[in-house]
Amino acid sequence: MTDVLLEMRGITKRFPGVVALQDVSLEVRPGEIHAICGENGAGKSTLMKVLSGVYPSGSYDGEIRFDGKPVHFAGIRDSESAGIGIIHQELALVPYLSIAENIFLGNERRGRNGLIDWNRTNAEAGELLASVGLHESPVAPVIQLGVGKQQLVEIAKALSKDVRLLILDEPTAALNDVDSAHLLDLLRRLRDRGIACIMISHKLSEITAIADSTTVIRDGRTVETLDMRAGEVTQERIIRGMVGRDLESFYPERNSAPGEEVLRIEDWTVWHPVQHRKVVDGADLNVRAGEVVGIAGLMGAGRTELAMSVFGRSYGRNISGRVYMHGKQVRARTVAEAIDNGIAYATEDRKRYGLNLIADVRTNVSAAGLDKLARGGWVDGNEEIKVAEASRRDLNIKTRTVLDVVGTLSGGNQQKVVLSKWLFTDPDVLILDEPTRGIDVGAKFEIYTIINRLVAQGKAVIVISSELPELLGTCDRIYTLSAGRITGELPVAQATQEDLMALMTMEKELAG
Amino acid sequence: MTRTEPEPAVAESAPAAALHAGTSDPRTLIMRNLRQSGIYIAFVAIVALFTVLTNGVLLSPGNITNIVLQYSYILVLAIGMVILIIAGHIDLSVGSIVALTGAVSAVLVIQNDQPWAVGALAAVAVGIAVGAWHGFWVAYVGMPAFIVTLAGMLLFRGLTLQVLDNVSLSPFPPEYQKVAGGFLNGLLGGQGYDAFTLLIAGIAVAGYTVSVFRTRLARIRYEQPVESFPLFVARVLLVAAVVMYFAWQLAHARGLPIVLIVLAVLVLAYGLMTKSSVFGRQVYAIGGNLSAAMLSGVKVRKVNFWIFVNMGFLAGVAGVIYSSRSNGAQPAAGNMFELDAIAAAFIGGAAVAGGVGTVVGAVVGGLIMAVMSNGMQLMGVEQSTQSIVKGLVLLLAVAFDIYNKRRAGTTR
Repeated sequence: MTDVLLEMRGITKRFPGVVALQDVSLEVRPGEIHAICGENGAGKSTLMKVLSGVYPSGSYDGEIRFDGKPVHFAGIRDSESAGIGIIHQELALVPYLSIAENIFLGNERRGRNGLIDWNRTNAEAGELLASVGLHESPVAPVIQLGVGKQQLVEIAKALSKDVRLLILDEPTAALNDVDSAHLLDLLRRLRDRGIACIMISHKLSEITAIADSTTVIRDGRTVETLDMRAGEVTQERIIRGMVGRDLESFYPERNSAPGEEVLRIEDWTVWHPVQHRKVVDGADLNVRAGEVVGIAGLMGAGRTELAMSVFGRSYGRNISGRVYMHGKQVRARTVAEAIDNGIAYATEDRKRYGLNLIADVRTNVSAAGLDKLARGGWVDGNEEIKVAEASRRDLNIKTRTVLDVVGTLSGGNQQKVVLSKWLFTDPDVLILDEPTRGIDVGAKFEIYTIINRLVAQGKAVIVISSELPELLGTCDRIYTLSAGRITGELPVAQATQEDLMALMTMEKELAG
Repeated sequence: MTRTEPEPAVAESAPAAALHAGTSDPRTLIMRNLRQSGIYIAFVAIVALFTVLTNGVLLSPGNITNIVLQYSYILVLAIGMVILIIAGHIDLSVGSIVALTGAVSAVLVIQNDQPWAVGALAAVAVGIAVGAWHGFWVAYVGMPAFIVTLAGMLLFRGLTLQVLDNVSLSPFPPEYQKVAGGFLNGLLGGQGYDAFTLLIAGIAVAGYTVSVFRTRLARIRYEQPVESFPLFVARVLLVAAVVMYFAWQLAHARGLPIVLIVLAVLVLAYGLMTKSSVFGRQVYAIGGNLSAAMLSGVKVRKVNFWIFVNMGFLAGVAGVIYSSRSNGAQPAAGNMFELDAIAAAFIGGAAVAGGVGTVVGAVVGGLIMAVMSNGMQLMGVEQSTQSIVKGLVLLLAVAFDIYNKRRAGTTR
């Protein structure tokens, strides 16, 4: 047993025109949870791709030693057989196959006749599921599981290959608090069994809670490795390493001066598109000009469903209730009508629902407000470029030109393109669903600044977020949503995370 | 006239520095143009290759006229097809629609002695109806276009057989034959050539020059990067030279083919529609990301419905041209036309996943296929070999496109 399981030394990886990693070093001891922090684009994912053999040995400079021996992975198969498992942010399970089939995909348990030994497959899958604490039948199809459970299946899959080092890329990004806590518990148990973990995460609270050491990467270089066991390492301390300076505050200051009511929703009820249940149940809420209103809720509480159903009935069926804009009841039965009435909704999943990734910045910015650029059905291409240029300047979108393809931008900049698109429609109320998901600390601050600028202009903003500190830091007022019902409404001055959490889980306890 | 300059919008995604400098670095220039105008370069190379292989016959006046007449209907189909492909659909039935519309026209004109215009209009109307039928199932019922139009392919082939009662009808009266075989010539006289053709080409070149010059002025006014002035002049001169050479050759054969006028109008109209109209932009938005388009207020069903209606309309036009050219209607007319149209769109740079493609690209893709077929026929290459070559070209064209995109760094 060596005292260092993985040693990466002097890793330099170049792409045409850019140095993605410059002399990066990383040391992971056996049985430790090692967090890697850095802003988006700092090089975390590239480093993991070097480690797992996605970038084969020879395409980078530097040395990797695993278990004391130098290793040269030519592909992901090599790193797997050495005992390194990687779980990507986007889960890679086949939805219609069973849990057991997914676990042993590419690694099938065969009988003597060469065919799959189903008894052995399912029995071994059952043992693996027990070891990750997932109480599901191994023959259940993966599509029936929630994201949290699918994550556990991925881990079981890695364990089936006798991993000794497990890499998790943003493992809790899509999980609610309960599932996240469960996952972190599992990582602790794996650590106690001697399995080391590398965890990439933007959630600093998790890192301070679970990591044994933390390596901070900035601009493709190792900044420092912090020993989390020795003393108190605070989130602020990590952020200082990530951004190279102290952020005075996570959230920019704002003078709150709400005006007239802009949007009011009354008795809003939405049914699930296929199942026989209400997803939103009799919700009432309002938002005033110059006000930021938060919606807090656990995953599955109906936050996104509420927002999307209001936004031109983009979700659900049998929708009932009333929508008022500036005190007047409006029809918003299609997205186009909602936009005409001054409602905008920026999605939580920008890649799937927000952007045309293969088109350029210009086209994406104008996508929802094309009519404003058109005369008689013809688009004024020069005006369009002018509008896109203005957005680029105002929102500080980092791109060479507005004719660059959106898919090549970083997450934070993509989010700014989504915001630009909706700002161009000149809405009165802007619903932002998880506006800072998966973007780095610096870009988050910029997004908050943009929100502040909008309310200063008299717009009404609704922020939906899983991160309670974010809601407490940006909102004037917060509604809590639980199982489709609004369970509370708190002015932010009187709200604490504990209060909100209690309200967010209230209905569930009542229901039993 | 088919304008073969690269789409300005695309040409600019090259490094900003080079653009703002008025594009002085020749290497950047060549690299950029190579990537963006691969299709045009391939077209020029193929034309050059077959000109050599046929000892110049390919570019002879008579043969150029022939190519235009022979492949016009595929180009018309390719225009409608590429729009469907951009939106993420496909139409496997266009060959059957060409047969059906031609058959309807033939029954009216040949069997019932109706005027040629009645036949042509009825054919187009039937095409529109068929397109609406497909559009209904795809847009409002939500079925995949592949299945809907596969069914349509069988359905409308069957209807063709019933309309024609399983026999071929011919010949059409001379006025009807003129649609595909007619020429505008002799209107202005000329010594051994048709001055009218040259005049029309000259007007087209002048119009083109004015249009690109105005675009350039507008871009400068909006502080957008433009190419350096000498390069701009060179580009205009090149286009003018190609068009005038083409017209010169036509003028020395039989004059200006009527189908060429139809085709030029269609390419211009649809090129403009896809690039600069709200409707056209919505087609790209749907193909690029359906959900995002929906959530941006695009009326997806309406757009999907109308692009199928449009495909039906163009298939009707192609049906008139084809029946006119073949001087009759046959039960097996238009067989496999859909594959030529689809191949043209993909060779012209359309993406299988949707969201990418241009009308001009599809037409050039169709011309590549046309020049290859024609060249090989002139050389007396066997039908079987022609088929093999065309298959390989389609494969390589798309492979080259994918390779290029991977190098450009886009993940899709």
